[in-house]
Amino acid sequence: MLAYVIRRLLQSVVVLFVMSLLVFVGVYAIGNPVDILINPNADQEDIERAIRGLGLDKPLWEQYFVFLQRALAGDLGRSFAYNVPALQLILERMPATLELATAAMLIAIVLGLPLGLWAGLKPESFAGKAIMTGSILGFSLPTFWVGLMLIMVFSVYLGWLPSNGRGPTTDVLGVPVSFLSWDGIRHLVMPATNLALFKLSLIIRLTRAGTREALLQDYVKFARAKGLSNARVVGVHVLKNILIPIVTVIGLEFGSVIAFAIVTETVFAWPGMGKLIIDSINVLDRPVIVAYLLIIVTLFIFINLAVDVAYSMLDPRVRLADAKG
Amino acid sequence: MNPPAESPAEGATEVVLAAAAAPGVAAPTAAEETPFRRIAADFAASRIALCGLGLFALIVLCALLAPLISPQNPYDLAQLDVLDGRLEPGTRSGDGKRVFWLGTDDQGRDMLSAIFYGLRISIGVGVSATLCALALGLSLGLAAAFFGGRVDALIMRVVDIQLSFPAILIALILLAVLGQGVDKIIVALVAVQWAYYARTVRSAALVERSKEYIEAARCLALPGARIVFRHLLPNCLPPLIVVATVQVAAAIALEATLSFLGLGLPITEPSLGLLIANGFTYMLSGKYWISFFPGVALLATIVSINLVGDQLRDVLNPRLQR
Repeated sequence: MLAYVIRRLLQSVVVLFVMSLLVFVGVYAIGNPVDILINPNADQEDIERAIRGLGLDKPLWEQYFVFLQRALAGDLGRSFAYNVPALQLILERMPATLELATAAMLIAIVLGLPLGLWAGLKPESFAGKAIMTGSILGFSLPTFWVGLMLIMVFSVYLGWLPSNGRGPTTDVLGVPVSFLSWDGIRHLVMPATNLALFKLSLIIRLTRAGTREALLQDYVKFARAKGLSNARVVGVHVLKNILIPIVTVIGLEFGSVIAFAIVTETVFAWPGMGKLIIDSINVLDRPVIVAYLLIIVTLFIFINLAVDVAYSMLDPRVRLADAKG
Repeated sequence: MNPPAESPAEGATEVVLAAAAAPGVAAPTAAEETPFRRIAADFAASRIALCGLGLFALIVLCALLAPLISPQNPYDLAQLDVLDGRLEPGTRSGDGKRVFWLGTDDQGRDMLSAIFYGLRISIGVGVSATLCALALGLSLGLAAAFFGGRVDALIMRVVDIQLSFPAILIALILLAVLGQGVDKIIVALVAVQWAYYARTVRSAALVERSKEYIEAARCLALPGARIVFRHLLPNCLPPLIVVATVQVAAAIALEATLSFLGLGLPITEPSLGLLIANGFTYMLSGKYWISFFPGVALLATIVSINLVGDQLRDVLNPRLQR
């Protein structure tokens, strides 16, 4: 197990290295940073001085080397737009995104598991079919459009919920959170629901598919033959076995929720990392773009690793040494 | 939207999106049945899937015939009157000549016509991106399965890594670097989607490869290319068809999302996503129709494709066959 984790971490370093190279070449080398960094009215001499000052006259590999050296020291450059270190800017926005993503994931799990189980146990019933049709709808609804419609109904017409922003925050263990105040929850509810819809459908479908397959298995027949109660067969034998893929997906999807938060945050003007990256792309704030990408890649690598480890704990049949990374 | 990233641990998400990717034993068919007829009959068994197919056909027809059936050419400035701007659905135009059934946007553009034209762009981008991604993923997946060894390891490692990142993130990165444009968004969508096809076709091909009919073909000393394209490929198609159907919807949704974020298509190519983004500004003042109707059109497109894909998955998945 330990050897596996160490090997995976080493692999992660390689992935991170390759990603940093791609991101660097992508963001820095394509397009000319000089056009963006330097006042277009500057004369030739000023421009050349600035190019030298920024190290842009050096060959690309040398520029990358310098960038890497600084990145390892935790310096990912300063934001042009905010004039603060890019890393600090992103870390400041991270709690808001994590709060939103966690809330969305909770909604999806709490609603999705029971609904999926129901649809799996009674696939031919009206409720089962309704749940499945609903989940197709949930898959198909474009997140951003649902967000707009939520705003229209609940903010513009009914006036129940605020249309944008995050409520007042309180520090819990040094992390600012907003779900502790009523106003904070009012701000959180709509974006979190919006973000949860897609994952909710996914969990419903996964649970249903897993349940339907599990019900055909011999161990379920055996459990029934033993005369176990329906609740025990479903709650223990079926649920335990379908949880394996679901836990994997929930873990992996947490990363994708963070990525999709980009859309929800933009719609609801939620002050998280996602809105920051869109704003940064719009004003070509390159250090922030690079820093965001590196941070999110790191985040994903860790999420994937954690999911694999959790997976092996749930299912002893999975031998980690065989898993690919 | 996109299917979830595949975990290194096998099979978790395949349950959802490509249950059919569990490649299978072709079901024994009665002598007079052709596989196509059987699939068509199975497909038609679900009324809701038929509705989806009908709706999608209607939408495609609207998109194809947009110039003929639109009340106006929404991008011919001579036909627009700013005085007709932001009219509610069902209002008569200023000169009394026509009725704007779905209202107008800020430029006095008939929303119904704008939606027909938007559908053209959205579906065009979605379908062409899917076809390109299919071609790329199919070749790489087949290559991985056929050559095995290092080629396989390399291709599948790239697939693994790519699928561990959400599609929207990869597309976002690419578009942040490439900039706006129809060609660029297609490149981004292809880059996002090829991996799904590669994985699906490889896993199907690996199973098929070890079957007796391939062995028989080998024994007949058929050339490799013939085995791959005439014997292996057709048998890998069912799961691919399912994935491709679902991915068209995903591509359309992703394009709309990216365009909404201002990263996808330029303003000169007004897809549904851009129409919705345009209406966002006016929505807070209660003018819902500028965003609402393009969104409904987008939703109808995606839902109809997903309904078809869903039924195809059930029909083509031998494990669920009764």
